[in-house]
Amino acid sequence: MVDTVIHVALLFLLPPFLLGVINKTKAKLAGRVGAPLLQAYFDIAKLARKGFVLSGTATWVFRAGPAVALSAVAAAGLLIPFGRFDAPIAFAGDLILFAYLFGMARFFTMTAALDTGSSFEGMGASREAAFSCLSEPALFFAFLVLAKLSGSLSLGKMLMVSPESFASGAAAPLILISLGLFVILLAETCRIPVDDPNTHLELTMIHEAMILDHGGPWLGTILYASSLKLFVLVAVLANVIVPFRTGKAWLDWPIFVGETLALAIVIGFLESAMARLKMRRVPYLLVSAILFCGSAFILLVR
Amino acid sequence: MGLRPGPAAVYGFPWPAAGNAAIGLDALSAFFLVPIFLFGGLGSIYGLGYWPQARHPGSARRLQTFWGLAVAGMGLLLVARHALAFMLGWEIMALSAFFLITAEDREAESRRAGFIYLIATHLGTLTLFGMFALWRWATGSFALEPIATGAAGVGVMNALFFLALIGFGLKAGVMPLHFWLPGAHANAPSHVSAMLSGVMLKMGIYGLVRFLFLLPDPPAAWGGLVLVLGASSGLLGVVFAIGQHDIKRLLAYHSIENVGIILMGLGLAMLGRSAHRADWLVLGLAGCLLHVWNHSLFKSLLFLGAGSVVHGARERRIDLMGGLAGSMPWTAAMFLVGAVAICGLPPLNGFVSEFLVYLGLFGTAVIPGAKVSAAVAAAPVLAMIGALALACFVKVYGMVFLGTPRRPDSAPARESPVGMLAPMLPLALCCVLIGGVPALLGPVLDAAVAAPALAQFDALPPVLALAPLGAVGLASRMAIAVIACIAAFQYLRARRIRRAPTWDCGYASPGPRMQYSASSFARTIESMFAWALRPRERAPRIEGPFPRNASLESHVDDAVLDRLIVPAARGTRRLFGWFRRFQQGLTQQYILYVLVALALLLCTLIPFGDLISRLFGR
Repeated sequence: MVDTVIHVALLFLLPPFLLGVINKTKAKLAGRVGAPLLQAYFDIAKLARKGFVLSGTATWVFRAGPAVALSAVAAAGLLIPFGRFDAPIAFAGDLILFAYLFGMARFFTMTAALDTGSSFEGMGASREAAFSCLSEPALFFAFLVLAKLSGSLSLGKMLMVSPESFASGAAAPLILISLGLFVILLAETCRIPVDDPNTHLELTMIHEAMILDHGGPWLGTILYASSLKLFVLVAVLANVIVPFRTGKAWLDWPIFVGETLALAIVIGFLESAMARLKMRRVPYLLVSAILFCGSAFILLVR
Repeated sequence: MGLRPGPAAVYGFPWPAAGNAAIGLDALSAFFLVPIFLFGGLGSIYGLGYWPQARHPGSARRLQTFWGLAVAGMGLLLVARHALAFMLGWEIMALSAFFLITAEDREAESRRAGFIYLIATHLGTLTLFGMFALWRWATGSFALEPIATGAAGVGVMNALFFLALIGFGLKAGVMPLHFWLPGAHANAPSHVSAMLSGVMLKMGIYGLVRFLFLLPDPPAAWGGLVLVLGASSGLLGVVFAIGQHDIKRLLAYHSIENVGIILMGLGLAMLGRSAHRADWLVLGLAGCLLHVWNHSLFKSLLFLGAGSVVHGARERRIDLMGGLAGSMPWTAAMFLVGAVAICGLPPLNGFVSEFLVYLGLFGTAVIPGAKVSAAVAAAPVLAMIGALALACFVKVYGMVFLGTPRRPDSAPARESPVGMLAPMLPLALCCVLIGGVPALLGPVLDAAVAAPALAQFDALPPVLALAPLGAVGLASRMAIAVIACIAAFQYLRARRIRRAPTWDCGYASPGPRMQYSASSFARTIESMFAWALRPRERAPRIEGPFPRNASLESHVDDAVLDRLIVPAARGTRRLFGWFRRFQQGLTQQYILYVLVALALLLCTLIPFGDLISRLFGR
């Protein structure tokens, strides 16, 4: 019970902090002081207080977009275990619900973008649609590997990778799917090298281009939902990469939070070290994620 | 009544031409009858508004007559337990469909689609005749009852399997045999397209489920083949759908995709039958059957919505529409339900059936200690199909209903009359109901799965024991509730909304023609699948500092019809040109042919052996 409360509290409170950590890392590496770690919370609070401005062409579909995206991502967050603690909701096959909840968020974000009739937003939606076609099979291959390893179809068990499986010949597949999942994480949360969250050149953006016309509380909702998405995917990856657990609850929660923050720092390093890929190179990166996860599966079942 | 489990009720009656005919109703027949009767009624109500007698004096009455005949034919083939009765129902359905498709027979395109359909359906009937003849030869009767193990040789079994696959596959629109489908669905009146796609394709699926389960001891290769056909049909169907510019043609290609998903379920069930795994069989067949229902609900809904759009906007090309959500809010809302459902997204019904198929496919991988079945590779393919379908329906919905109208010269669209909107409502409600409370369907699915499969397995596990549909339903209901809460909260807070023009990155006067078009939206994905689609593009050359007006055109041909069958038919016609000299239209010449043929036949009576021995003997 206590663990469930902590799970929900972390899920809803921690995500904007990750954005702060990433930005702070980037600022430090660039020799700047950078925005405070809690900047994302301030931004969201400020946006929530603003008034609503709506495009003249937009309908109720536009207003539904952020709401659906937030609820879908939050629901997905309830399906995954954090560290060694079980997910609040678990049933056989919840991995499919997990993947399709992201699909639901994507559908409504893209239709909201098209609702404004702006060509830039159409462009962003088109790219998002195309790239997700490649990240989806990669995600399912990764899930297949985890399902085969754990003999279960529930994310709760699948993501409890035991340290022994690294020793017992499953290390290579696990490393490969970690790489694949990392690429999926970068693509789904629109980080460098797939997309640059800070860019202001509309022609080259994906996610930021889709939300050009959202303002005020809607923009706040989207910002919060995308930080939640980042946190959820980071938690999935953290469970696969670091299966080390002590067995004591008071120690395991800080360890899990530490893992997610460490991954955020890694993302910050990566964003400082790399430039964004050319748009037509992005599919190659995603195909490589499919190859990583697919060959991991073949290695496992050979 | 028939949806309950238990022995099938079979009634025999004498039929002088063919011995004793029999009709019967078991849970499988009843399961397929439900969409027929649901949509048969709703569609004919819709037809009254969409195709009124006053505006189409010539064809409206014909349409209603053949609509009724088609429904009756399907009903007959579903309850038939005798091959001839089955074929009777099949042909009534297939021929009425021809007259339904060619309702607008003044249009050349409609006639062409009708004839291609007629050829395809006759090809299918011919194959089925072959299958039943072989059936009669192998079993000694026309009764549709399970063949006993060892009653027929492997070759006969394989022949029966392939004949059934081709004959029923042609009707269901499986990928290489789908060539008649896009044209027929695009050119028929919309409620007829809805019936063809939502209900009639499923008769092919019914045939496959019914007959493949009557054959004993299927080899694993059959299930594998059906699974591969399903996966390729699903993937290529959705990829071709993305390349279409005509809203009804696009929906037609999505039918091919969904039939692919249905066949993936069926293939898994057949693999389960070969491997004696009751859980694969139950999950696969339940997914297959539930997707039959779901597809008939959301695809009919989408076609009726598309009909409403065509009616209101007088246009079928997606690139020329836009902003219809403003002028046709009800159609837009119904179409959104259909679009979300067909993408397989929670909380609607499409998710539930895809969930069952996924669960079955994943289940083949996680048996402890056993080798992994290759069937599991279909799961990522299904994921890709889902993502592509999502892209496609974002394109359709966004371009047709959202944004601003792309043709400022055209008159604004009008919302359709209540008679057309009302039939969509029950379909949409059913989508929500199955999505929200899927556990209700557990007993129905159990009975329908048991009807064909109980012959091999003594007991089958119930669907609800294998798939946590209760949890899925709970999650869906929670999602609906949370979305409703956030929406209500926003609505309360956002009563004062300032309207402003769309911000186009500083551009001073954004116009409707500057919007992203459907073609440009699909272009990225089209280029990824250019190897299959091979889009024809006529790009203008832009030269000089002041180029003249130019336009760009791109078109995606059908892979089988336009690139294989039509060229092959042309080649055949050229090849057989020499034969024309024998056919000049002179009666005398034909009598001569008859005489020559008779003489040749008489020659066979000559005892050549005797003749030769008497000539050269001794």
